[in-house]
Amino acid sequence: MHTLSLKELSAGLAAKKFSSRELTQHYLARIAERDGALNSFVTVTPEIALAQADAADARLAQGDGAPLTGIPLAQKDIFCTEGVRTACGSKMLDKFISPYDATIVRKLHAEAGMVMLGKLNMDEFAMGSSNETSWYGPVKNPWDLGRVPGGSSGGSVACVAAGLAPIATATDTGGSIRQPAAFTNLTGIKPTYGRVSRFGMIAFASSLDQAGVVARSTEDAALVLQAMSGFDPLDSTSIERPVDDLVAGLGASIKGLKIGLPKEYFAEGMSPGVRACVEAAIAQFKALGAEVREISLPNAPLSVPTYYVVAPAEASSNLARFDGVRYGHRSAEARTLEELYKKSRGEGFGAEVQRRIMIGTYVLSHGYYDAYYLQAQKVRKLIYEDFKRAYETVDVILAPTTTDVAFKFGDKSDDPVAMYLNDIYTIAANLAGIPAMSLPCGFSEGLPVGFQLMGNYFDEGRLLQVAHQYQLATDFHRATPKGF
Amino acid sequence: MSIPAGWEAVIGLEVHCQLLTKTKIFSGASTTYGAAPNTQADGVTLGLPGVLPVLNREAVTYAVKFGLSVDAKIAETCVFARKHYFYPDLPKGYQISQYELPIVEHGHLDIEVDGVAKRIGITRAHLEEDAGKSLHEAFPGFTGIDLNRAGTPLIEIVSEPDIRNSAEAVAYLKKLHQLVVALGVCDGNMQEGSFRCDANVSVRRGPDAPFGTRTETKNINSFRYVQQAIDYEIERQIEVIEAGGKIHQETRLFNPDTGETRAMRSKENANDYRYFPDPDLLPVVVTEADKERIRASMPELPTAKKARFESQYGLSPYDANLLTSETALADYYETVVKLSGAEAKSCANWVTGDLLASLNKSGKAIEDSPISATQLAGLVARIADKTISGKIAKDVFEAMLAGEGDADSIIKAKGLVQITDEGAIAAAIAAIIAANPQQVADYRGGKDKLFGFFVGQAMKATQGKANPDALNRLLKEMLAG
Repeated sequence: MHTLSLKELSAGLAAKKFSSRELTQHYLARIAERDGALNSFVTVTPEIALAQADAADARLAQGDGAPLTGIPLAQKDIFCTEGVRTACGSKMLDKFISPYDATIVRKLHAEAGMVMLGKLNMDEFAMGSSNETSWYGPVKNPWDLGRVPGGSSGGSVACVAAGLAPIATATDTGGSIRQPAAFTNLTGIKPTYGRVSRFGMIAFASSLDQAGVVARSTEDAALVLQAMSGFDPLDSTSIERPVDDLVAGLGASIKGLKIGLPKEYFAEGMSPGVRACVEAAIAQFKALGAEVREISLPNAPLSVPTYYVVAPAEASSNLARFDGVRYGHRSAEARTLEELYKKSRGEGFGAEVQRRIMIGTYVLSHGYYDAYYLQAQKVRKLIYEDFKRAYETVDVILAPTTTDVAFKFGDKSDDPVAMYLNDIYTIAANLAGIPAMSLPCGFSEGLPVGFQLMGNYFDEGRLLQVAHQYQLATDFHRATPKGF
Repeated sequence: MSIPAGWEAVIGLEVHCQLLTKTKIFSGASTTYGAAPNTQADGVTLGLPGVLPVLNREAVTYAVKFGLSVDAKIAETCVFARKHYFYPDLPKGYQISQYELPIVEHGHLDIEVDGVAKRIGITRAHLEEDAGKSLHEAFPGFTGIDLNRAGTPLIEIVSEPDIRNSAEAVAYLKKLHQLVVALGVCDGNMQEGSFRCDANVSVRRGPDAPFGTRTETKNINSFRYVQQAIDYEIERQIEVIEAGGKIHQETRLFNPDTGETRAMRSKENANDYRYFPDPDLLPVVVTEADKERIRASMPELPTAKKARFESQYGLSPYDANLLTSETALADYYETVVKLSGAEAKSCANWVTGDLLASLNKSGKAIEDSPISATQLAGLVARIADKTISGKIAKDVFEAMLAGEGDADSIIKAKGLVQITDEGAIAAAIAAIIAANPQQVADYRGGKDKLFGFFVGQAMKATQGKANPDALNRLLKEMLAG
């Protein structure tokens, strides 16, 4: 059952080939057997899953089901889930039981009727590109257990790639959906900023964070993204605009589609193996009748430094609420108020989170604000304008997702700058707020390679159509890791 | 307090004014004062992981109302910023406030001290959320945190350093207080902290000298304390400087028990608030149409009302000022004038005289007056149509105060209708003249003072109900023989 697409699962449930309870039990059993090797789940929720499965079966029996009713899904542990620990990969929240559901949790489970299998491991507060910063230990890449699955949505990709969940939610602040999807042969999409509600998603960098999904195909991703999207009055930055039908247009031909290749992304840095796969993907699009042309995003090379000012600045502010006073880790050693803050935060946050809080505090400090934060916001505007200009001449932009395949544990964990450069191709989409996705395009050294498609604002429908047409013509996304 | 010759004080005030919205500025939690601790703290108030603020537009409307009432510029676009500091009653580790782009800028308020008018500039007024409360006394060895107040909308109103002494400061504060209450944007309750003041004070050697170093005295919650705190600070600073010392820029606290201020923390180790625009909130746009709609919904402001009372009712500046000091009092007065049909001046005398005196005595607000405006109008009308005399009216007023009913029923029940029948009055006078021959002879012999004796006798005979004018006139004629 774990090899079926969401559409097939939905059809199977509707035809009563299997019940949601049977499907859920199948996945729970796989998690129990296989996740020990991966560490992708931090919390498995069998009781909730079976109760939701029974409710879904009842709904289906009454003919009251939605397309996703009864299909299991795993939640990145960044989304608040009522009555269930929501730890965000941090010791700080190890004992935090959320008293409320995130909007997307409500939409996917209470409304669409999906079944929550559990909560997924991630880099602490989504800060990381390898899943090595999690308080719950690193997640292993099912393609090579000695390698990282990428981050921060490492648990999300590992469990879906290994068939421990049909699909999973994820979040992307600087590439946290796309880079891990590329490392694990998955399809991951980060929609336009404001398309999916951030209410109940623990904030890392508010102006960059956006929720999405990682899936085994574009079609699967489209189905779940459709159910997650939409305006939320509880999120002032969510956009009041109807959601397009993301599934209906998938089948349309891409003949005549204009694809832009930003020369700055192809200049250097890519490994030969990645370059070969991405170039093969470009050739495939030409074969499908797309027009491919070179474009320029001149300010794209400034993305990484801009991001590493804006994101830590917002993070240092967003993480100020974790002070040991109302919830979360409180140091047992504190004797004074100042000690309560210093020790609770010193003990509760890991090294990478502390590093980013310090960077963020520094760039917002009196006397440095103009030179760093304000300057970064100006560059961000230029990056945004580059994309706007590009979309006047092309429909989508194609680029590599990562410079190389998944790296080994410990390879970059001692060198923050090398780690930060991992996001070099993905960050610009977050700074501009445009939708972007990564999808499989081959293998290098036996490891998956992904490429990236970036679309215009609110053009998720077209992005998914382009990706789906590519996947109809290729089989890379069907490959699964040995042993899972 | 008078400031010593050769010195000048420079004062600017920051007023935190809680807005009367039903719910908090960024969440749907109630703002009602006095609920059990933390029962009005929802997820947003608590700063739970993942929650987001959503602006209460009513708070914006209130801030715009205030801005329009002080002739300020209303920003077309204003921006919320995060102000960071750690304190247990600040749940998110930052306060959502406004920094570079506040909603209100460049207004002014006109005050009067000892008959001298002065204009005080208002630099800015910005929207922000209130913090919670730390309770240090209730739990020995612990600090209790009550977050009910956290997230209550405030406007912080910052004056220019145009104020020169405590009397001006109090006049400004009273005027501001009257204004925000009249606008209906704040309940003005200083005890409950709805209207709190920080005073920035410095001194210098005369108006041409550069500004001195200022201190900021925080959270002063009565007009009298503001006056005491400022006077104390001026005196203290002058003493320090004259003794060769220096004033440190610092935050000070006022102690109401001693009337003194003491240093709380110095600015050198003050927080770097690391302001930056809040990425969870969009810039707030106030259009011309919004402003016009809000302007149209505003009540008549105290200054305009005072001017109207002087011109429309012919009242003295003093009476007009007193009657417009509270909206409810002004409304009461206007109801009395309208319903009684009596002369506006005599209505003012009744309201500012007997009525306010009785309310003061019983400690009641005008809203709780035992005599309604309609009832008082009924009484004043009976004086105007000469049914009763002003003297009898005082008795009727007392009876009304005692809850004996409205004027007409009391007049009827007690038979107090004034005697205007001159024949009846003349008959009573004739009887008195006949009964007191000696006094009549003395009066006619030149003892004018005895006139009062005859008035008293006549009033006694008519139980005080004789029309005083008629009585006086007839008595004079008949005594003259």
